[in-house]
Amino acid sequence: MRRAALPGLALSLLLSCAGHQQSTVDPAGPQSGKIDTLWWSFFWLLGVIFVIVMAVLLLTLTRRQPDTEQELLESTHKPSEQTDSRIRRVVVGATIVTILTLFVLIVASVGTGKAIADLSFKKNPLTIQVTGIQWWWQIQYMSSDPSQTLVTANELHIPVGRPIQILGLSQDVIHSFWVPNLHGKRDLIPSHTTNEWIEADRPGVYRGQCAEFCGLQHAHMVLWVIAEPEDKFEAWMRAQLQPAVSPSSPDTQRGQQVFLNHACIYCHQIRGTTAAGQNAPDLTHFGSRRGIAANTVPNTKGNLAGWIVDPQTKKPGNHMATIAVNSTDLQPLVDYLESLK
Amino acid sequence: MRIGASVLCIALLLAAACQREKRDIRPSPTNLAIYDDAAKQSTLRPGGPITPQPVVRNPYNSSGYDISEGQRLFQWYNCNGCHANGGGGIGPPLIKTEWIYGGEPANIFDTIVKGRPNGMPAWGGRIPEYQIWQIVTYVRSMNGQQPTSAMPVRADTIETNPQNIVNRVPGQTK
Repeated sequence: MRRAALPGLALSLLLSCAGHQQSTVDPAGPQSGKIDTLWWSFFWLLGVIFVIVMAVLLLTLTRRQPDTEQELLESTHKPSEQTDSRIRRVVVGATIVTILTLFVLIVASVGTGKAIADLSFKKNPLTIQVTGIQWWWQIQYMSSDPSQTLVTANELHIPVGRPIQILGLSQDVIHSFWVPNLHGKRDLIPSHTTNEWIEADRPGVYRGQCAEFCGLQHAHMVLWVIAEPEDKFEAWMRAQLQPAVSPSSPDTQRGQQVFLNHACIYCHQIRGTTAAGQNAPDLTHFGSRRGIAANTVPNTKGNLAGWIVDPQTKKPGNHMATIAVNSTDLQPLVDYLESLK
Repeated sequence: MRIGASVLCIALLLAAACQREKRDIRPSPTNLAIYDDAAKQSTLRPGGPITPQPVVRNPYNSSGYDISEGQRLFQWYNCNGCHANGGGGIGPPLIKTEWIYGGEPANIFDTIVKGRPNGMPAWGGRIPEYQIWQIVTYVRSMNGQQPTSAMPVRADTIETNPQNIVNRVPGQTK
């Protein structure tokens, strides 16, 4: 009973990962589906082998053989002809079985890799450039029509059922784009564009993360992939392509002035205003996003105020400047940024 | 005895390495330095002799981190738009020995804060003061004037003469 507990526990741990927003064993696309199949076939095949090896080992340790020439063997250290040939047969047989098993695994692995590669370069793709920057993601929707290109950050909205080509880039060090529910890892390398194709089969929200150590805040470099039906995606795209809403209340109007008169504008862009910095996330539709600081904390007014006043507490070492904001300016600034839906 | 000495040497080397990596990760956004006449370019002054002013020290010049931050900000704030990577273009070069407005840290700080005629904008009050100091550290490092503790262990270029490597003094680029 106790012997069965450990593998049972491991299996239940594995299964508990299923149905989560960041899990390889909960595939949401054809690419991750193939990886999932490969993973489970490896798991069951190697699991069975492990159980067999353990059972044989246990048998050898517990079995007594009073009829064999145990004492003779120990006194001379030389097995008889009969024992010798038996050992040789067993070792040679086990080696052949091991090599054959490894071959099966290689064929399965290469076959899966090829099947995933065959899913690339489909017709009518949506091309999105994902740039890893210490420590956030810049998302750029590419189009042959310049008015349809869009720059946003830390949130990747994709239509369900349409192939997506991810062009991976990095601005500083090597990062890795990894959304386990959709595909495996793909490194983002400075001055070299990498290519990955993903597709979502069903709507959902999937968590992605940088998977290549990239410095102090590597762990807080989170990306949400939001897969929506085509019409909802189009609506989102239309809204995002608009310039930022003009502030309507005196409070948010003042907040806009605070933003434009502080150092914010040297790094951040808000389309429709004079703020045109290119070093930090685009804030044109900041209020519509789920999180701040590359989804380190949820996007709430309290978190935002804390982030502006002291960005080095939540994410030590990040490149957001610590600027002086008067206490009377802070509330309008936060209200203005949250109003940018 | 010899073991003790070598342990002491290693400990001292490690201590120096600590200083190189020391970084002020939560700088104060408030202004600390003096924005008035602290940075003099000359002792000439109308109306009598100058009263001695306290020496303004750069609080952000002790680590390699400050240099790299200064380099990043130099590009982020588009200094390289006019000064290129120190060689100059629209603006004057920053790799030089003769400075129009003084080459001491306080002078360069003053130049960035107040701006200068013919195109240099005033950055005082626009960007946090600690970032201005980091840019000062980077500008001085372009001239080989970085603190010894922040000096890289090797040059960025390949040294062709082995004798230069043997004779090299830490803290000097040439």
